[in-house]
Amino acid sequence: MSAAVGGLRGRPLPSAGRRPGWRARVGYYLPAIVVFVGVIALWEYTVGALALKAFILPKPSAIVTALQVNWMSERFALEPSLRATLLEAIVGLALGTIAGVIVAFATSRWVTARSVLLPIAIAANAIPIIAFAPLVNTWFGILAWQSKAIMAAVLVFFPVMANVTRGLVQVEPAAVELMRSYAASEWTILRKVRIPNALPFFFTAMKIATTLSLIGAIVGEYFGGASYVLGRIIVQSASALRFDITWAAILLAAAAGIAFYLATVAVERLVIPWHASLRSSER
Amino acid sequence: MSSPGPVVRLAGVDKIFARGDGPVTAALEAIDLEIAAGEFISLIGPSGCGKSTLLRVIGDLTDPSAGDVVVNGKPARRARLDRDYGMVFQAPVLMDWRTVQGNVELPLEVMGWAPARRRERTREMLELVELADFVGHHPYQLSGGMQQRVAIARALAFEPAILLMDEPFGALDEMTRERMNSEVLRIWERTGTTIVFVTHSIPEAVFLSTRVVVMSPRPGRITRIVEVDLPRPRDEPTRESRRYFELITEVREALRAGGGLATELDDPSIASDERTLAEGAVG
Repeated sequence: MSAAVGGLRGRPLPSAGRRPGWRARVGYYLPAIVVFVGVIALWEYTVGALALKAFILPKPSAIVTALQVNWMSERFALEPSLRATLLEAIVGLALGTIAGVIVAFATSRWVTARSVLLPIAIAANAIPIIAFAPLVNTWFGILAWQSKAIMAAVLVFFPVMANVTRGLVQVEPAAVELMRSYAASEWTILRKVRIPNALPFFFTAMKIATTLSLIGAIVGEYFGGASYVLGRIIVQSASALRFDITWAAILLAAAAGIAFYLATVAVERLVIPWHASLRSSER
Repeated sequence: MSSPGPVVRLAGVDKIFARGDGPVTAALEAIDLEIAAGEFISLIGPSGCGKSTLLRVIGDLTDPSAGDVVVNGKPARRARLDRDYGMVFQAPVLMDWRTVQGNVELPLEVMGWAPARRRERTREMLELVELADFVGHHPYQLSGGMQQRVAIARALAFEPAILLMDEPFGALDEMTRERMNSEVLRIWERTGTTIVFVTHSIPEAVFLSTRVVVMSPRPGRITRIVEVDLPRPRDEPTRESRRYFELITEVREALRAGGGLATELDDPSIASDERTLAEGAVG
């Protein structure tokens, strides 16, 4: 913060957004990397030392082997499963996000829309929606990827709708008065004040929503789906006591979740570098 | 100015706030005031005397309950739609996502100026407030005083007939406030804009104004108008002149007579003035 405050007529301040050097970055992530590698090593060692059976807890090395062996295998093909599940999650994420944003615009613009839609949305969100997975599967086809995408979309919808609504509504009142003093229309106020104000809220929602989309897709698959989807691989390999494959599938799901999250953060950095959470000078 | 008549004419203005079945508050009662072109008018009074409400009535940000508000010979609504007002609030109300340049350009964008003309005007305005070196900075990289100067540049960018300032320096420390006072006077002398300035600092009102309008609370009324005959240009020696202190005393006594000082001690600036007065009486 101190770096951000200059003299009343002082020299220009160094501009924001300067990236820290690679040394600083390695230094920043090094502790996390060390701990992670340490935990994996400890896991590998402990399983060997205690002679745990593979169906209780496989070694990390066994999981990696299972991943390699089953990447394109006949029974538990991981690669096509990953792709199928990703498709469901991404389509669901897109649908849920679009619907959430549209409803957010409607509820923030029209009082009637708010009084009709908000209670319904809140009530719907209170239902443990995952319990509906078998029904959704029946409605949209138990083997069809579309039924899983719908599950993902349903989970994604609420956080996006709720956050974007807040971002559009929670605008500094003086900012709206300022725009009124320019005789700006509601449409102009929406474009120049409300939407930029809502962007940080939108990205917060997306960080939650990306993870939820994978949860929705995989849980949908638990209740039945095509053979090559991560949810089915997890269920089937577990019932065959091939926990090394189960773990490999979980590893892929986790990697997909992290990739989604990082992609969101990257887009966020590009779109709202001005936002308080991203100011490099305050790190 | 084009028209020979007053820039602002208020006649019999009342403003009543009624919240549901709650108590009815008379925020303004029987306000008559004429402001000539090029004047610098301060509205002073304790918290709750309606001075900010009066400013908002002039600027058509709220409707009067009764009475006439005529600005540049037309109703206040028409004047707002004609973009006759520049507004500066206590908070700078800068858009975080815009640079200094973008913030000053905001009203010009709303008013549909061509990009080249916007840039040219913004450069002029930032030179006027001595922030030309900061065009590419974001608001969070500026100090509070600098942010408020950006807000002033933004308010003046489209050359409004009247500048309405609502306690613009209330959040600044005393030293910065005095510097900003001199700055505003310099800008006012250069641009010839009519300024209506809300404050609860007696020295600030006397230092800046051509006339100080003293208001009393519940109901908000004009109790006195003090003509400030201090020579111009006003500068640091002005703050030490005998006449300056006489006028401060005059305004203070007017506030006291209106019941401002006796009833309202929740306002720190006025409370401290009261203490000074008491000490003076003892000595």
